[in-house]
Amino acid sequence: MSRPSALLDLDPAVVRRARSLARKAAAPVVEIARSHTTVSVERATLRLAGLSGADHERVPWVNHLVTAVREEVGLEHGVTTPVYDALLRGEAPDLTTLAQKAASGNVAFRLPTGREAAAARRAAAQGVGAGLRTIDRARVTRERLVRRHGDPKTKPWIYLIVATGDIHEDIPQAQAAAREGADVIAVIRSTGQSLLDYVPEGATREGFAGTYATQENFRLMRAALDDVSRELGRYVRLTNYASGLCMPEIAALAGMERLDMMLNDSMYGILFRDINPIRTFVDQRFSRQVHARAGIIINTGEDNYLTTADAVDAAHTVTVSQLLNEEFAKEAGLEDWQLGLGHAFEINPDLPDSFRMELAHALLARTLFPDAPLKWMPPTKHMTGDIFRGYLLDGFFNLVGAMTGQGILLVGMMTEAVVTPFLSDRDLALQNVRYVMNAASGLTEDFHPPHDGFIQMRARQVLSEAVDLLDRIVSDTDAAGDAPLLAAIADGTFGLMKRPATGGKGLDGVCERADDYDNPATTALDAWTPPAGSRHTSSEGVVR
Amino acid sequence: MSRVIRPYGDTTGDGMVQVSFTLPLPHDKLAEGAALQLARKMGLDPALLVHAKAMGPDFTFFVVYGSSTHLVNLDDVHVVEREYPLLSAKDANLAIRRQLRRKLVVVGACIGTDAHTVGIDAILNIKGFAGEKGLEYYREIKVVNLGAQVLVPDLVARARAEKADAVLVSQVVTQKDAHLHNTTQMSAAFREAYPAGQVPVLVVGGPRFEEGSEKTLGVDRIFGRGTTPAEVASYLVHEMTERKARR
Repeated sequence: MSRPSALLDLDPAVVRRARSLARKAAAPVVEIARSHTTVSVERATLRLAGLSGADHERVPWVNHLVTAVREEVGLEHGVTTPVYDALLRGEAPDLTTLAQKAASGNVAFRLPTGREAAAARRAAAQGVGAGLRTIDRARVTRERLVRRHGDPKTKPWIYLIVATGDIHEDIPQAQAAAREGADVIAVIRSTGQSLLDYVPEGATREGFAGTYATQENFRLMRAALDDVSRELGRYVRLTNYASGLCMPEIAALAGMERLDMMLNDSMYGILFRDINPIRTFVDQRFSRQVHARAGIIINTGEDNYLTTADAVDAAHTVTVSQLLNEEFAKEAGLEDWQLGLGHAFEINPDLPDSFRMELAHALLARTLFPDAPLKWMPPTKHMTGDIFRGYLLDGFFNLVGAMTGQGILLVGMMTEAVVTPFLSDRDLALQNVRYVMNAASGLTEDFHPPHDGFIQMRARQVLSEAVDLLDRIVSDTDAAGDAPLLAAIADGTFGLMKRPATGGKGLDGVCERADDYDNPATTALDAWTPPAGSRHTSSEGVVR
Repeated sequence: MSRVIRPYGDTTGDGMVQVSFTLPLPHDKLAEGAALQLARKMGLDPALLVHAKAMGPDFTFFVVYGSSTHLVNLDDVHVVEREYPLLSAKDANLAIRRQLRRKLVVVGACIGTDAHTVGIDAILNIKGFAGEKGLEYYREIKVVNLGAQVLVPDLVARARAEKADAVLVSQVVTQKDAHLHNTTQMSAAFREAYPAGQVPVLVVGGPRFEEGSEKTLGVDRIFGRGTTPAEVASYLVHEMTERKARR
């Protein structure tokens, strides 16, 4: 096996420089994440301690309890110390009762000191530890089921989306999709859930262009896919979205309910949802630490850069985002096999050499991240409603996927931008994938772009533009003296979107940690290391 | 001159069309017969079943070719044109630059108790809706999205402070006609706060507004379910042009 960069003859010094710049850009932001907490991190911690449910107006108890503690003693010490202190003082027999009493203002919280503080922290560690053990057990169960039923026979894994808005409609559709050949089922969330500052409760039957992510919906869908996995003799994976204002809570619920992949991008919420940058980075670190421990594969959202900007001009922004996502992910404890770094087939098909450029870009990602599964996303921007042309475009998309050994392939629909896919659209799309993979996946053996040819030159150009952009990011400054990456986000370095660190949704949920901040979840997650010999399932057979 | 037309396959007047559909039947002779009968009822005669394929145990996919027996008389075709052209983001930007020589300022909000920002975010956020980018994506539009549960006086004050050219209000909650009350209250407040003829373009959107009720509600335009950001942007460009011409 040759060096990873041999296929494109990338200069290893340039690759090293790209990674060291990404590390430099990320480091101050990681420091911010380590020194702050958010309402959602604290709520996630309470969820790990077993608090669930909501009041009659569907406001979750975790929201009530965090609000009450925040009003009385602040969040800077962490929510668990005052909460467990109240339990030890006999204010309530359990967390749910405590939250109920707190909601009506009938609990006095305080910040204990000395032995009482130590006792409260011990009790909190025990309570939260139960949730972490649930996550560990879910990981073991997944590994056992994968051993029993087996992984998909071939790469890439076929990723299909369901989204009816009604979990009880989603379930038969997801099972049908699995029977038709899907290896990964993603349940799209209801439009706007990312901007809700709470996680809805229970099984839901009403969503806008998607289904709400709730603990109960997660449980129902995972159970349904376990049934179909048994039937098919192949472990079918489940995906949802750890993004938006409740990223840490969704991650915790996903870990406990054994979801297998989560969409989780480092900057998507900031740029495309106008969520406050600090809130996002703090929430993101916690959620990634949970994903690392849960053995969940994250999927990042680089495809979004190409749908808002030109896919040729902005190709290097994908590389930059992948490098930053990798850096933040590794820092949070994720391993290479868990990094479904995103990229997409979005170049205008009317451009000359568009396919060669797609190939160059996809190979660049494959070469830079040889051990990551990589998530390859189909065309959407240039799908016009001409379904015949769209079917051809999807075929070429599949061909790039086959030739560059992608790990996860989101199946493109010829009816993209026309209708929610018909049953027949999904079947035709899967025929397209199967034909191309069957006919051409062996090309990974034969295909070696010529030395200094178009593809090599284009890949090197994109990489060098990425290094230039990273250079600009790490030397960015602003009047407030923010971390360079935050300054870069604020002045519109990424796309057209200017997102200052003092703006955006969810800022009021951010809180700087005090010296005595204690959170048994973050303590345990910071101390956690991946189990030895954990599964590397995603990189066999890739192009080197 | 004949104004009667038929579909064109490879010969004038052959009427040939192709259709594909799925029937909830396992693939057998009965399913194929059913597909042909459906095709004939759709006006295809003769109908040729060129492809049938089982999709799972319970469904069959068909491709049918046939000559359509229907004629279309162009004299009987009536179309209602949108009164303004649908512009690409690039053309909208260009038009704004040419017309205003500055950015078009849009202030958006959900007013009243309505916390559903789905609609306003779909139109304003860069993420957009139905594969189209929101107004934030337009270089020449400055978007101020105030979010949910904004009070009408605050909306008016912010619109004045930002020198808004247009105000977009989304109303999803329709209990006890809240959307109508909120909208009339909003438009009245704007008329009170601005000199006559200088009120910003008032646009309201939501799934339950009646088409053509702009006058009663005191707004310039209503958009319903499924509206895309480009339609809103194109309308704003059109309306700004009209207003400039009137002045």
